[in-house]
Amino acid sequence: MPLWLLLPALAVLIPLFAYPLYQLGLLSLFEYGQPQVSGGEPAVFLGTRNYGTLFSDENFWTVLLQTVVFAFACVVATLAVGAFLAVLLTKIGRVPRFMLLLAALCAWAAPAMTGSVVWMFLFDTNLGLVNEVLGTDGYNWLYDKHVGFALVGAAVVWHSFPFVMITLYAGITAIPQSVLEAASLDGATAFTTFRRIIVPMLRPLIAIVVIQSVIWDFKVFTQIYVMTNGGGIAGQNLVLNVYAYQKAFASSQYGLGSAIGVVMTVILLGITLLYLRALRRTGEAL
Amino acid sequence: MRRVGNAVAVIVAVLTIFPIYWMVLSAFKPTGEIQSANPRPWTLAPTLDHFRDALGVSGFGRYFVNSAIVALSVVLLAAVISFLAAVALTRFKFRGRTTMLVLFLIAQMVPVEALSVPLFFQIRDLGRTVPGVGLNTLGSLILVQLAFSLPFAIWMLRGFVAAVPVDIEEAALIDGASRFTILWRILFPLIAPGLAATGVFSFITAWNDFLFAKTFIISATENQTLPAALLVFFKPDENDWGGIMAASTLMTIPVLVFFIFVRRRLVSGLGGAVKD
Repeated sequence: MPLWLLLPALAVLIPLFAYPLYQLGLLSLFEYGQPQVSGGEPAVFLGTRNYGTLFSDENFWTVLLQTVVFAFACVVATLAVGAFLAVLLTKIGRVPRFMLLLAALCAWAAPAMTGSVVWMFLFDTNLGLVNEVLGTDGYNWLYDKHVGFALVGAAVVWHSFPFVMITLYAGITAIPQSVLEAASLDGATAFTTFRRIIVPMLRPLIAIVVIQSVIWDFKVFTQIYVMTNGGGIAGQNLVLNVYAYQKAFASSQYGLGSAIGVVMTVILLGITLLYLRALRRTGEAL
Repeated sequence: MRRVGNAVAVIVAVLTIFPIYWMVLSAFKPTGEIQSANPRPWTLAPTLDHFRDALGVSGFGRYFVNSAIVALSVVLLAAVISFLAAVALTRFKFRGRTTMLVLFLIAQMVPVEALSVPLFFQIRDLGRTVPGVGLNTLGSLILVQLAFSLPFAIWMLRGFVAAVPVDIEEAALIDGASRFTILWRILFPLIAPGLAATGVFSFITAWNDFLFAKTFIISATENQTLPAALLVFFKPDENDWGGIMAASTLMTIPVLVFFIFVRRRLVSGLGGAVKD
């Protein structure tokens, strides 16, 4: 009985998820470029030499470092803004709450692509509203590496905080009123209630939003690719995802691109495992 | 205190909605006003020119339909497939169940963008034997987006299936309902909030996908989807911002409508994951 129920899912996931993952690892061990793709030449087995090339490339380490810092900053900002607003939502009047929920829903719904182009337009060097308002006409927000990252990061947070806010808000409102009343009868302060009751009850949800944020922000692709036009001036705003794509599809080094993909996968899986262990320690059932 | 909270909420709401407002406004602004040195947050001469350009000259209508076909196919297929899998994983105990659950969780962490390289070659080869799912087809996008949305959908729906008391199914069984009836007439409607929540995620991932559309749809531009087609509007020097904003507006509306439509179910769906 259970097997036929699982069959459709496995029929999709094995060829289109598991197998490409295996292929990714395999490709990363070969030199696979234009001659192999269009010329039909056999792929050259390199062993781990793609990784050697990568790890001795200073550029790779720079990209890796800025990916981690960028993702970390985005995650922290998203969670802080989302959690703060979720709590705020429970303490305000109906009209402001409706306004905030509606606005957040709009930001959430906006596709990454449209979000990127609207932010680009707002911060456009010559026609952008921001430069007009700040009186900094002609300032290019993507010229400096750090300002560029901050701008893309702001667009990413704008996009992702609504998920955190709405999920946590939904969680808080789902806590039975009786529990909160019991706490206040026992003389718990608002802070104690939050720390000892709301946060523990929301732990599964918090776990979901943390891990989702990490995943999303670590592999931001569209915003970087579109807003910095493929990785910024001289590739200064590259993150691993865009770097892998450029190596594979722009410079036809599919083997090397795959190796970057493997590195990225390993990092994300590492984070996941750490996280699973942390969950188990708090006694969370799978 | 409450008043401060209200004020903060309203300010954040205005700031959050502003880019969307600016997008829609600019889509209706005449080109002269967009290029003016003093942009105003309103327009007195709204025009449909940019929409006409986008839909007529640039063929965005076609790309819109393409995106809709891909996203809706993914939502429907993912709903049915993940529902069946979620039932198997909650209602039955079998060997390897926990392993499978962990694998579905881990699958969500895999950066699917990295799979674009092997999938590119796989789809290319697949297209040589099965036309309709090779490179340059919408079928290829449906297939990969379906695969990417399943792990999360299954993981999420599992909680909803588990929340339905087994008694209901047992009662139906005693009343003579078939397995099929129980599955589709009883369990499926009961987890509607979960389906709405997962549907939103599947829809958005598929609708927003830029990377795979860019990678797979190379020469058949008539099969392009919206995000990649939007790049057509970008010219290195002179960006037609009016056209870009009109196209962006067209691209955002369906997702927004979809979101507002399922909002209540979405919120209750997400809240359903709270510990009892």
